[in-house]
Amino acid sequence: MGIRRLFVANRGEIAVRIVRAAHALGIEAVQAYSEADADMLAVKLADASVCVGPPQAAKSYLNIEALIAAAKETGCDAVHPGYGFLAENAGFAEAVEAAGLIFVGPSADTIRRMGDKAAAREAAIAAGVPVVPGSDGRVGTADEAAAAAEKIGYPVMIKAAAGGGGRGIRIAETPEDLRRLAPQARSEAQAAFGDGGLYLERVIRDARHIEVQILGDGTRAVHCYERECSLQRRRQKVWEEAPAACLDTATRETLCASAVRLAEAVNYRGAGTLEYLYDAKTGEFFFIEMNTRIQVEHPVTEMVTGIDLVAEMIRVAGGAPLSMRQEDISLDGHAIEVRINAEDPANSFMPFPGLIGTLEVPEGDGIRFDAMIYEGYQIPPFYDSLLGKLIVHAPTREAAIAKMAETLARLKIEGAKTTIPLHAALAADSAVRAGEFHTQFLEPWLETNPLTAD
Amino acid sequence: MADIRSPIPGTFYRRPSPEEPPFKAEGDTVAVGDVVGLVEVMKTFIEVKADAAGTVKRFAVENEEPVAAGAVIVELEG
Repeated sequence: MGIRRLFVANRGEIAVRIVRAAHALGIEAVQAYSEADADMLAVKLADASVCVGPPQAAKSYLNIEALIAAAKETGCDAVHPGYGFLAENAGFAEAVEAAGLIFVGPSADTIRRMGDKAAAREAAIAAGVPVVPGSDGRVGTADEAAAAAEKIGYPVMIKAAAGGGGRGIRIAETPEDLRRLAPQARSEAQAAFGDGGLYLERVIRDARHIEVQILGDGTRAVHCYERECSLQRRRQKVWEEAPAACLDTATRETLCASAVRLAEAVNYRGAGTLEYLYDAKTGEFFFIEMNTRIQVEHPVTEMVTGIDLVAEMIRVAGGAPLSMRQEDISLDGHAIEVRINAEDPANSFMPFPGLIGTLEVPEGDGIRFDAMIYEGYQIPPFYDSLLGKLIVHAPTREAAIAKMAETLARLKIEGAKTTIPLHAALAADSAVRAGEFHTQFLEPWLETNPLTAD
Repeated sequence: MADIRSPIPGTFYRRPSPEEPPFKAEGDTVAVGDVVGLVEVMKTFIEVKADAAGTVKRFAVENEEPVAAGAVIVELEG
């Protein structure tokens, strides 16, 4: 029994993407919108639309009761949460199912379990997936700490068990450092949190962010290879690629197989992503967390595998088994996505909620533009600044970067400052071209490569 | 009399965080450069500063309400 009418409980470019995937499957789409979003593109494309509340997200896109009432009133049989907002809210998934509707995603239990970092780490260990080496819980005496650090491998991070937000963290390069720093960390944790408990974790220097896309139907799971998303600013991904050029074939296969093991171990249903840190110096990878939803950067995976991830997650939610086997999925060429944000990169990335003027979007083989904008569209100030994503696909990474540079030069969005100049500068950078970057690369790079107003 | 206007569209906040008191209350004196509130635009918080001195007569926008660019946030007197 497949889905016939899908409620899109999100906005912006991902809402457009979901409406299009529904239509490709012959499913009707009903779009939710806030009072500030009545003229958004997804509303124009959907078969019907319904206002779910005032501009503030807390009163509209995060309002579970209003969303479910709207989905029911409009005769929908399923709800797609997109990403962000309620996409990883187990309570929302539960409420959708309690209302007799299908939640396009994993079960509430899976969302809850994989959303809890400690529980996800335990599930990964149980499935034989490597995690960042750390102490088994708290370390008591100095001797215990030294023994644990010996097993974990230096350098180690000394963290307050009760802490958060990076407070009380110290890095020990050697056993001598550890003997000296652990007592300081303990008294600081005691003073700050009333709890001097410490634990240790390996420091992964210059780690690369690599993530594996998986699809599951509740029984069986497959991977759609990996993405590299190491270029980040304030922990927000800026530029994403598939596949990760820094991996050799053997490492790639081991990494992706580990993701499938974990997905099957938790009976995963839908599209999901397992995030890893990769240490390029040692070739080790470590699971850090799972995102139980479709991700912003899913198009690079679609470009190199030819799979429509959003359509597949809707099919699976409707009760269908996965439409592919692992051996059907192969990599073709290289894809890069850049996030086009309404921000001024020459002015501290200040948001720019402008009125879109002339819009020139390059077209051609291997070019895709997933966006929410059109000429005359007033960008509302109430939500995040993502206007859309430019994705290119070419036979090699080098050709993809060249294509990105050339396509960015032809993409014109008047009426708003955007991050296009940042991406053009990255595409021209020798380190980016050589693939020599990691998660701590972009912020210092921005300090030394200031972008000037264009 | 002088008004303090929002430099940018977004959502207006009178407090630095939900647990803290408002930046300014009615009747408070305001000097040039004082912060009277925050406007959240696309998940970024921008300070709204007074460009004239005076006493707060009234807030024209409620806490956590949408505000347009150039809209009056505070009416000053004195």
